[in-house]
Amino acid sequence: MLSSVRSASLTFALSRQLSRFGPSMEPGGTRPVESAIRTKLTQALQPKHLEVLNESHMHAVPPGSESHFRVLVVSPHFDGLSLLQRHRLVNEALKEELSSCVHALAIQAKTPQQWSSDPKLAKSPPCLGGSKHDNTMAEKLKAGQS
Amino acid sequence: MNSVFGAAARSVRALTALSRLTQPGGGAACSRLLCSAEGQKSLEEMVKKDKVVVFMKGTPAQPMCGFSNAVVQILRMHGVDNYAAYNVLDDQDLRQGVKTFSNWPTIPQVFFNGEFVGGCDILLQMHQSGDLVEELEKLGIRSALLDAEKEQ
Repeated sequence: MLSSVRSASLTFALSRQLSRFGPSMEPGGTRPVESAIRTKLTQALQPKHLEVLNESHMHAVPPGSESHFRVLVVSPHFDGLSLLQRHRLVNEALKEELSSCVHALAIQAKTPQQWSSDPKLAKSPPCLGGSKHDNTMAEKLKAGQS
Repeated sequence: MNSVFGAAARSVRALTALSRLTQPGGGAACSRLLCSAEGQKSLEEMVKKDKVVVFMKGTPAQPMCGFSNAVVQILRMHGVDNYAAYNVLDDQDLRQGVKTFSNWPTIPQVFFNGEFVGGCDILLQMHQSGDLVEELEKLGIRSALLDAEKEQ
């Protein structure tokens, strides 16, 4: 009885902490697309450093969407690879998400050496409302909710 | 720019009509039009016709997406004003076709001399590292930034 109360309060505290880092979600809400991105990139590229940012709130999509992301992947797998090759590796890992609910993916792919000499997260340009004029967005947003 | 897009759109539509006649309909989500062999060939022609080709949302005069706009702004900074820009928001077949063609899931897409370069992130990093000036030079395009440096 006591251990279940303790684990419930831990879950609550954890979800409150997590909700500070992204767009507002329901309390204890899940972010399945973000989790999937994190898991797949970790498995595929064994990153030394990984940041996955949901930037949907910066775009013309409903609150709580998981359609626009920025990822920063620091991995030794990128050594010797061109930018295009690195980005293709990231795209490949996230093939499923990119063909369903993820509409935009901004990528920074650095080697550990590059990251330590310039540890800066790039910023996405301001939205020009393209999603408003995009009739495929409705399908993508639905895919993100299923 | 409009005339380039208009001409390309017309040839795409013509090839579209042709492929409808020669191929059975359904099957995979992208079996028709620009994902067909004829369609992909048409895209191959489109990316080779001009030194710099951009598939984007909106037009260079009126981009409809921040990432597409970033590509337009970078090219403008380098004095590259004469390039082919195709608006995928006007043509869903083009939009899907180019993703299949380059095996790249997002828009914008930049091609130099018929070769896929990347999207907004890559172009931006090339610009920041100085690689873009070099790549433009290989195309026979002198970056305006070189002249700007000289003036300083």
